[in-house]
Amino acid sequence: MVREAAHTLKKSLLWDLLTTVDHKKIAILYLIAGTLFFGKAGLMAILIRIQLMIPENTFVTGQTYNELLSMHGTIMLFLAATPLLFAFMNYLIPLQIGARDVAFPFLNALGFWFFFFGGILLSLSWFFGGAPDAGWTAYVPLSSRDYAGIGLDFYVLGLQISGFGTLISGINFIVTIITMRAPGMTLLRMPLFCWNSFITSILIVFGFTPLAAGLALLMLDRMFDGQFFLAAAGGNAVIWPHIFWIFGHPEVYILVLPAFGMISEIIPVFSKKRLFGYTAMVFATILIGFLGFMVWVHHMFTLNLGPITNSIFAILTMLIGVPTGIKIFNWLFTMWGGKLRFTTAMLCASSFVPTFVLGGVTGIMLAMSPVTHLYHDTYFVVAHFHYIILGGIVLGILGATYYWYPKMFGHCLNETLGKWMFWIFYIGFHLTFFIQHILGLIGMPRRVNVYLADQGWDGMNLISSIGAFMQGLAIILLLINVIYSAMKRPNHPVDDPWDGRALEWATHTPVPEYNFAQVPQVRSLDPLFYEKIHGDGTMKPSEPLADIHMPNGSFLPFMIALGSFIAGFGLIMKHMDAWINPYIVVVLGLLVMFGSMAVRSWKEDHGYHITKENVEAMEREALADERNR
Amino acid sequence: MSETVDVSKGLPAHPERATLEGKNKFVGFWVFLSGEVTMFATFFGTYLGLRNGTAGGPEAADLFHMPLVFIMTMILLTSSLTSVIAITAMKKNQFKKMKLWMWITFFLGVAFLGFEIYEFVEYVHYGLGFSTSAFASSFYSLVGLHGAHVVFGLGWVLLLLIRYNRAGITLTNAPKFYMFSLYWHFIDVVWVFIFTVVYLMGIGGG
Amino acid sequence: MADHLSEPFEKSAMTNEERVKTEREMRIQFIAFAFMIALTFLAFIAVGAEVAPPGFVISFIIFLAFIQLFLQLYYFMHLKDKDHGWANTFMVSGLVLSIPTVVALILIIGVVKY
Repeated sequence: MVREAAHTLKKSLLWDLLTTVDHKKIAILYLIAGTLFFGKAGLMAILIRIQLMIPENTFVTGQTYNELLSMHGTIMLFLAATPLLFAFMNYLIPLQIGARDVAFPFLNALGFWFFFFGGILLSLSWFFGGAPDAGWTAYVPLSSRDYAGIGLDFYVLGLQISGFGTLISGINFIVTIITMRAPGMTLLRMPLFCWNSFITSILIVFGFTPLAAGLALLMLDRMFDGQFFLAAAGGNAVIWPHIFWIFGHPEVYILVLPAFGMISEIIPVFSKKRLFGYTAMVFATILIGFLGFMVWVHHMFTLNLGPITNSIFAILTMLIGVPTGIKIFNWLFTMWGGKLRFTTAMLCASSFVPTFVLGGVTGIMLAMSPVTHLYHDTYFVVAHFHYIILGGIVLGILGATYYWYPKMFGHCLNETLGKWMFWIFYIGFHLTFFIQHILGLIGMPRRVNVYLADQGWDGMNLISSIGAFMQGLAIILLLINVIYSAMKRPNHPVDDPWDGRALEWATHTPVPEYNFAQVPQVRSLDPLFYEKIHGDGTMKPSEPLADIHMPNGSFLPFMIALGSFIAGFGLIMKHMDAWINPYIVVVLGLLVMFGSMAVRSWKEDHGYHITKENVEAMEREALADERNR
Repeated sequence: MSETVDVSKGLPAHPERATLEGKNKFVGFWVFLSGEVTMFATFFGTYLGLRNGTAGGPEAADLFHMPLVFIMTMILLTSSLTSVIAITAMKKNQFKKMKLWMWITFFLGVAFLGFEIYEFVEYVHYGLGFSTSAFASSFYSLVGLHGAHVVFGLGWVLLLLIRYNRAGITLTNAPKFYMFSLYWHFIDVVWVFIFTVVYLMGIGGG
Repeated sequence: MADHLSEPFEKSAMTNEERVKTEREMRIQFIAFAFMIALTFLAFIAVGAEVAPPGFVISFIIFLAFIQLFLQLYYFMHLKDKDHGWANTFMVSGLVLSIPTVVALILIIGVVKY
């Protein structure tokens, strides 16, 4: 097997994963880590729904309920949705723009390990006196040093570390898209998934930095008695919600834009039509990205910031409906008159559209600042954002999983099981959350752990819980499908199972570590489809076959992130009865972190070359595989 | 990527962007700096929102001394110029000259840092501890964050200067020195706003 | 390709034209520096002299700070040069997106009790 070049062959699997800088392997790491966190937070959701299934339930205590609820939100947004999207972004952006790797392979690995150790640090809170319990928004003064326990320390430092990883990855994607595009791949020929990932990355750069600032303030409050939020010392509690939502609203778009991109990739392929209104889609994405920064106060309408402020932000919020509407219509018009094939991926993508519209409509309702006082902090809000997050992001991710699975793992997922999964998930989702709109409108507040019987809430809560169980079942079916399909996998991997349009389907499966033996020449939007119609169905090379330069793997990303983890844990130890001075741990961690950085800077690492002969041998083998099919 | 740098004639005129890696670093660093802008903006906003919340503790007008701030500003502005001279020398392949001006930049930075530490010690002496008031906390975190950036920058350039003491200007270290100079200018920009918004506005009332 | 990465160079590949351009650039940067020093003096004097009302002085010195920002970004950090399109895009975006943040944190933080 020459498929793997000599450099990686010598490594054991574990060492390879710890040191890899290959964007495809990092994508798999993100996928696995994200799935684990998703499973964990999903389980918390099930526990929450068990507690709320019947009135005055005593399944969990109020404190545990608060912890479950806070961790469910925090993990789902920061440690499940983000890495799952990053998995696809990492895997696909270089393939779709015709590059051999991302711009900074080392930073790519570093971003993953920061995210990973941040997530571990946050999760450790369960074992050291309780998880954070102030909601995922961690509003002060509830989360300040006077009212919240050690869990919030884990929240602050875990998110700080994982947020740093997200920021690094965001910068990496931006530079990759700016400088690494193949010849002919102009900006307006880029697949929409790349465009949406690009805008998402920009939002990360401008959104996660305020979050870093806000978390730093909260950390200073909790660890060093900073007086930012306490009125008695001249502080102001409204500072925190501002900073949090200056980050938090763009965060919603950070998550939903890549999902939009996935949908925009899947729908044209299964409609056998090019995407309707490509340019309008691109500009709608840019507009959503910009407006995403201008609307955060709509989360704070009931904070009494004055009617003028509220009106301005209400109008700006409603404006976002315009570009989003453009997108919805473009997806509909892409499907209209197309040759539709309803595979599981397409089922997810097409059902995304009406579900997201429902979430959007309630969003407009919530944007009306005078009425929003009626449903603020009720289950109506819960229903709204779950329609966006589950109906938007999770359906997008599920569709993408079924769509790109063959490229990532060499075989398709089973379609029958997939359709079962889809319908159970889809029905369960609407059972859970549609009814919560009504629950909210008749007055059930969010974030309560018990409610009294005979208020007309009993039946609806039961239905909602049943729906949640169905969603859990659907995810279990997906895992069964993964195992089943891996056991039944065909002897030969598939390169292009869906008759794809974008560049990633022009590579071999499994994708060789250099992606493209010769970087392709792009002649149109949907480059592969263009070659299928106007050429012989293969991409034309833009360069002669030559030695390929590859980056060396490195253990330093792991060490740098480990150092930050140790330093973060040391800070938290200030609030434990530790046998060791916490500052010793902090200094140790910082030494490991900055020391590893210095080593990275000191040692010049120019990578290695895969020789032309090796590339030729690997290509021959891949072609022989194809002929055998 | 097949990047071909013509090295036969000598060091390219823009050594920091001659290789693809250099180009990537160049774009990436600018993106990073733009992210820093929003982060500092958050700290500036917090300070400006809370600067009157002195809770009976010392106030800005009682503490800040114009001469000290003026000296610090001059030092940092000059260090910005010296790093510009160093980078120009780098482009002309004058390694010794670049090293000299980078060292001068470094020592000016150290001097600035020394004044900042002295300043903080003085303020604590006057009774402005970190948790005295919201004003104190937000002041120390904003100016302290800037100071932390200075410390990181000094460590960075020191590492580069020691590592490449005899190396000459290469296609690998040119981007590193260039990124440092961008970083150093950025720190200077932030300081311009700090002396304006924190110190001068603190002294000049408002 | 990756061969000449860690070795120094004997000479510079700068053409005469580029050399002249660099010299001119350097002169402009010195002038920019002189401007920055002058602006700093002006800002300190404006506050120290205590002749104008504080409201005016504050807006004046913030205006001066923005001129210095421009000089640093466009002359010292070369944002005015070509090939800086993306750098410009991101820097300007960052500055524009900072405005609502700062304004909100100053102006709309509810009823402030000191």
